[in-house]
Amino acid sequence: MTKKGTVLEGVHFMNGDVACAEGAIAAGCRFFAGYPITPATEIAEHLSQRMPEIGGIYIQMEDEIASMAAVIGASYAGLKAMTATSGPGFSLMQENIGLAVMTEAPCVVVDVMRGGPSTGQPTLPGQQDVMQAKWGSHGDYEIIALAPSSVQETFDLTVEAFNLSETYRVPTILLADEVVAHMWEKVVIPPAEKIKIVNRKKPNAPPQEYMPFMPDDDLVPPMACFGEGFSFHATGLTHDEHGYPQTSSSEVQQRLVSRLCDKIRKNAEKIVRVQGVMLDDADVVVVAYGIVARAALSAVRKARERGIKVGLLRPITLWPFPERHVAKIAEKAKAIVVPEMNCGQLVREVERAAKETPVVFLSKLGEDPHTPTEILEAIRRNSQ
Amino acid sequence: MSTELVHPLSKYLRAAMMPHIWCSGCGNGIILNCFVQAIDELQMDLNKLVVVSGIGCIGRVAGYANTNSFHTTHGRPIAFATGVKLANPELEVVIISGDGDLFAIGGNHFIHAARRNLGVKVICANNFNYGMTGGQQGPTTPLEAFTTTTPYGNIEHPFNLVHLASASGATYVARWTTLHVRRLTQSIKKLLQKEGFSFIEVVSPCPEIYGRQNKMRTGLEMMEWFRRASVVEHFSDPAKAEITREKIVVGEFVDTKKPSYEKLLHEKIAQVGKEAGKWGEQCAS
Repeated sequence: MTKKGTVLEGVHFMNGDVACAEGAIAAGCRFFAGYPITPATEIAEHLSQRMPEIGGIYIQMEDEIASMAAVIGASYAGLKAMTATSGPGFSLMQENIGLAVMTEAPCVVVDVMRGGPSTGQPTLPGQQDVMQAKWGSHGDYEIIALAPSSVQETFDLTVEAFNLSETYRVPTILLADEVVAHMWEKVVIPPAEKIKIVNRKKPNAPPQEYMPFMPDDDLVPPMACFGEGFSFHATGLTHDEHGYPQTSSSEVQQRLVSRLCDKIRKNAEKIVRVQGVMLDDADVVVVAYGIVARAALSAVRKARERGIKVGLLRPITLWPFPERHVAKIAEKAKAIVVPEMNCGQLVREVERAAKETPVVFLSKLGEDPHTPTEILEAIRRNSQ
Repeated sequence: MSTELVHPLSKYLRAAMMPHIWCSGCGNGIILNCFVQAIDELQMDLNKLVVVSGIGCIGRVAGYANTNSFHTTHGRPIAFATGVKLANPELEVVIISGDGDLFAIGGNHFIHAARRNLGVKVICANNFNYGMTGGQQGPTTPLEAFTTTTPYGNIEHPFNLVHLASASGATYVARWTTLHVRRLTQSIKKLLQKEGFSFIEVVSPCPEIYGRQNKMRTGLEMMEWFRRASVVEHFSDPAKAEITREKIVVGEFVDTKKPSYEKLLHEKIAQVGKEAGKWGEQCAS
């Protein structure tokens, strides 16, 4: 252990929720607002202890609606801010996730997925919020969502989530699952100076010329914060580059909403990350993410031992969806196997990108994720 | 030779946002006027001032005030302001919003911010109905009043906002009507100088939407009601200050002192940080 009052470094044994909390601290997060919910509570508990030690803010709000609103407020006051929840709370947050999209507030939302719908199975895993992460708030928008498969990756991707949210001024969602969140594994935390940290672009213009929603070439506007000498207005209404409401201009609506989508779509190649394992000669490809990808990797290795040409494509970025990567493997593969802990969510995106290549879906709900044997069986059936 | 006449308070308004959206006879302009008068008299640092509002007619005030401003989703200005105030306690955060926004959809955030004694300032324009959506019943609509959704008369008991605020823990609670312009301005000045959670209810005329359904078709008629019914009773029991057709008790109800949430929080952070530092030094040595 290093000094208690500082950012952690070195080798640790911890669970995914704690790794997420430490990843946030390492990324520079100094504001957390949340509401207790299984299986994400340990993130709040850990940060209630850690935030004061490092001069950060922890507050338990009255609900998840308020948590998300407070996170946006803190972001606009200049802090990196995060909240963490699970399905029921994620539903409540959708309203203000939309506000964060519209006002381009950098922030991170952690959703540790459990079984739904509604209260569902609080202590059991799920991957049922994948589409909600993309489409949960009303209106058109693009968002970034990352899915960790291990405790180490939960740390790493929480840092990455902050970096992406700061770069693109978009709420970034860490879509973990209950197993990864509660699993204990080794985590290696590099010294602070070795961790890549991105901070939001600040305006170069003098205050009287500053337009809070005038984008640069990358479609992202530089961000001033309250108290920095720039007097500006932000609103959830459709607004022009000055931030002023334009509720009856089709032109402004077209320009704003297109840009909010395009700043992610046109930068997708820079954002998207996947892990590919033994894909070069693969006849069958398993596409899996989160905890399910661990069983899938084991199944792929077992199948290779049996001489089956199979590989794994693991989307680390679920949104934007790695469409090009799936299309590429689909050119050669005879079949794509998609195991998910839901009734079919990311598989729809895989089908869309795979075009003619057959896609086989393996659904599993409840306590246990897919076993390697179940996935291996599907690989064998589809390799002949 | 002609000289352009500039209103002495116009620097506090965003000219680009004018004309405003408010109806003739609406009280929102008076509230905004009193607010900018108060910040002018206090010579407040506009760079440190953040005006936050929710959805509704008065919600547009955030854009009209020429300061840092944010117009949130419906009901969430206090929750948003919580993040702002904690992240930077040097900022003076003022929430100006309506009765529906603050006490129906946002009621939970109001009582919890008051309970925590978060040092934000709330000014509520109470016009007894949802004006922007065309005059529906809301949490302060009087019994028997007519709205577009209570066509047979309202059967819901309204909130007594000053009672709710004082019971929830606010350190400053006052009520005025838009008739009490000078008193309201002085009250806003006091509100802005309080440390803890502070609240002013401003009873405001809505002749176009509310009044026309309740035999007060003009702003003047509504103001006449305020003049006839208002009684200044400082520090009277807020529980007995229900607004009725006959009586509107105005004045200050609560003016107490207790440490704000952000003060306690940052003291705690300093204390924990110091102990964490000592612990670290022991480990290192």
